[in-house]
Amino acid sequence: MLSVPFNLRIDRTLLILLMMMAGASLVVLYSASNQDLAVVIKQATRFSVAFIMMLAIAQISPHTYKRWAPLMYVGGLILLILVLILGTTGKGAQRWINIGGFQFQPSEIMKLALPLMVAWWLSLNENALRFKHWSIAFVLVAVATLLIAKQPDLGTSILIAASGLFVLYFAGLSWKVIGAGIATVAASLPALWMVMHDYQKQRVLTFLNPESDPLGSGYHIIQSKIAIGSGGIEGKGWLAGTQSQLNFLPEQHTDFIFSVISEEFGLFGVIALLSLYFAILLRGLWITLNTQMFFARCVAGSITLTFFTYIFVNIGMVSGLLPVVGVPLPLISYGGTSMLTLMAGFGILMGIYNHQQRQDRQNHV
Amino acid sequence: MRRYRPQRFRVFVALLVLITAFLVLLGRVVYLQIVQHDKYLELADNNRIDIRILPPQRGQIFDRNGVLLAGQKPSYQLVVKKELADQLDSDLERLKTLGLIDNNDIQYFSKIQKRYKKFHPIPVKTGLDEHQAYRFASISHQFKGFDLEASEVRYYPFKASGVHFLGYVGRINDQDLKTIDPQRYQGTRVIGKNGVEKYYESQLHGQPGFQKVETNVQGRTIRILEQTPPINGQDVTLTIDIRLQHLGEELLKGERGSIVLMDNETGDILAFVSQPTFDPNLFVNGISGKDYQQLLKDPNKPFLNRALRGQYPPGSTFKPFVALAGLEQNYLNPTKKFFAGPYFQLPNSTHKYRDWKKQGHGWVDLNKSMAQSCDVYFYDLATRMGITKIHDFIQPFGFGQTTGIDLLGEKKGLLPSREWKKAVKNQPWYRGETVITGIGQGYTLATPLQLAASTAALANSGFKVKPRINLQSPSQGEQLTVKNHHNWKKVVESMVAVVHSPTGTARKLAKGLDYKMAGKSGTAQVFGIKQGEEYDAENLKKRLRDHALFTAFAPAEKPEVTVAVIVENGESGSGVAGPIAKAMIEKYFELKP
Repeated sequence: MLSVPFNLRIDRTLLILLMMMAGASLVVLYSASNQDLAVVIKQATRFSVAFIMMLAIAQISPHTYKRWAPLMYVGGLILLILVLILGTTGKGAQRWINIGGFQFQPSEIMKLALPLMVAWWLSLNENALRFKHWSIAFVLVAVATLLIAKQPDLGTSILIAASGLFVLYFAGLSWKVIGAGIATVAASLPALWMVMHDYQKQRVLTFLNPESDPLGSGYHIIQSKIAIGSGGIEGKGWLAGTQSQLNFLPEQHTDFIFSVISEEFGLFGVIALLSLYFAILLRGLWITLNTQMFFARCVAGSITLTFFTYIFVNIGMVSGLLPVVGVPLPLISYGGTSMLTLMAGFGILMGIYNHQQRQDRQNHV
Repeated sequence: MRRYRPQRFRVFVALLVLITAFLVLLGRVVYLQIVQHDKYLELADNNRIDIRILPPQRGQIFDRNGVLLAGQKPSYQLVVKKELADQLDSDLERLKTLGLIDNNDIQYFSKIQKRYKKFHPIPVKTGLDEHQAYRFASISHQFKGFDLEASEVRYYPFKASGVHFLGYVGRINDQDLKTIDPQRYQGTRVIGKNGVEKYYESQLHGQPGFQKVETNVQGRTIRILEQTPPINGQDVTLTIDIRLQHLGEELLKGERGSIVLMDNETGDILAFVSQPTFDPNLFVNGISGKDYQQLLKDPNKPFLNRALRGQYPPGSTFKPFVALAGLEQNYLNPTKKFFAGPYFQLPNSTHKYRDWKKQGHGWVDLNKSMAQSCDVYFYDLATRMGITKIHDFIQPFGFGQTTGIDLLGEKKGLLPSREWKKAVKNQPWYRGETVITGIGQGYTLATPLQLAASTAALANSGFKVKPRINLQSPSQGEQLTVKNHHNWKKVVESMVAVVHSPTGTARKLAKGLDYKMAGKSGTAQVFGIKQGEEYDAENLKKRLRDHALFTAFAPAEKPEVTVAVIVENGESGSGVAGPIAKAMIEKYFELKP
């Protein structure tokens, strides 16, 4: 079993599950990168950094985040506005900002800052939440979401909006409002269509009928479905997926890595992956369930369900259930930024767990 | 550990949503991987597996001595993978500046490019020769995504020589597609359009092979999964001797006409000349509309295969057959003297059938009348026999029917009869028509090939051999009914007299011959101008001149080779066609091993 230094507080269950995840990621990446060891090493390095960062964050008490939440949020907003003004453009969208030659996406900060901020705001009146408190919480979510949607980055804005709304959910937003909200979103989809960028509209159209443009925008999704479907129950074997090894599958080591898993490891591999994800989610929900502190409970629930949103949107998109919105498969896809954010989130989750553990022990005493 | 009531329900609902969502995802994957597995497996295989056709190499064509007449030479095709070419438009412009492609190529390229799958090479220019290919190869690094593909094209080293029997290959068109097995022609761009190239197409073409390869998305072959090599086309060796062919073409240069030189024993066509001619290489990569129109509108009709499809009145070259008909059917005593005046008249008719010699030939026998080509002698003979006796006796020689040579499109010619006239013109036969049939005029028509083949049968004492152009095809012949060999010898003797007697029309040809050559001159009248062709005034006069004909074989005692010569508007059979016939026969013996 994992031996832990005496004074290091961690959630061993979560750590083991996350390490299994990282291991799976490296194995699949080796295949998805056409056996490029450099890619694997780079990702392993990132994982190492991310794990250290997660363990460091896990030592911080939720009270500390609570104190810093408003500052993080405001700082995040400023950076987002800066991106809109002077960010660099990639793939028709402004997402990156250059600071001292170092590129990063302010939206990643927001992924954590927003749920913290909403949870902080609601915790101020946690026992007497009124309409105006909820309204302001919604505004906090909306501002962050719209700034990111404006970049434009549909995938991230969905994740951000979800992370904020999940806080509202765990804070006890009335079921009536939730129901009304879902109804409103469904009704306003046509309006959403009006404000979407052309490339986003194209993705939706392609999603509805990928065969309409098999060589153009439908190509990704067709090739992805071929990869998944041709994998069958047992899969074609590691390094033996024809769609991935012969590069018919686009973006196979980033957004479409689930297709590689499906092709090479078949339904068995998919079930294994989903089980691992499910175990992590269960752990997250268990921590949420057992957290006494209002702020921490809302944040824990939000982090867990946001992680779930990643999974659902990515797999839904590569299997043709949802339109293609650039969301990576969490902890598996190649790439640094989103992985660091996710791991930071798990660090916070662990911190919440540790904090509760300590309190429980004190209560016992 | 205490559980906090408010969030218990919310966490439970979240868990339910989560489980439902995971089941949806799992269901989707199960649907793709189990229910639709076969479909997607096939699509995956379609992606990675490419069937590459390995076209067979077309067989070559040689003359009887192994000289190459139609071969394959390397040709290059400039292709581009659009996905790899990042500066396609400017690259195309640069290629234009370099003179490797022109505007038509760019237009054609933009038209066809949509038909190609991703990462498949799209042809930009076909038919580049080695020089052009080398020029591109030296700068190819400047053109990303462009590549050269090597293949082979037909070429005819002697260019315009022999095109009327060789034929040519051209691009497969819609009409060809109706008659061929498309399976066999995958990966092949051309097909025999004419001549030997068409007649022996199936032998020359061969059978394509294929290669099942695994490719990556860029179309690069990763490995070969399965392979069936092509079966190359078989070579064809012709009966033609290209040296005799060249001589014939040279002799007829600037004229319109034809020479057929045939081996008496085997039926081998040694020379098969039709002038004017054209270069078959023009057709291999698709002839330009301008070139084609020019050839098509040429009043000298280079496309007309005169040896096979030119139908001419045989004129006096028909007389030996009429004479033989008379002898074998007891209408003629070869030695009996006959007085030939300036003209012939039918009983109860005032119409005068004139002899070509104004004053008449006087007392003649068969030899003399043949030697001098006396018309009145044959008017009289034909009239006594009647058209039916003439037709029935001469028909077996092959007049009025194809010889059956292994070339397509042969014309039948015409040997008139009462039945034919009734059937075709719905008119009775007139006596006067019999008279002129006796000298090969009137309705009678023959191709140069027919004339050579039937004259050879006469020379062979009735052994009629089928002409052939492919040395590997069987030599076939049949013996015609011979009543009396003596009669056949008499006719040959009379034809020897044409050349070797002091009064023979072709007596000039005897000079320098160390063997006996039998021959017959002929002239055929040109009846007006057909088909509203455009003539300028100067040409008009020449176009109305008689056609000159000459048939000959040698040695007369044991004929080895027969020749038929026709020079359109050549006027004098013995003076123009005769020397050509002699030159061909002399060359034959000179080259004979």
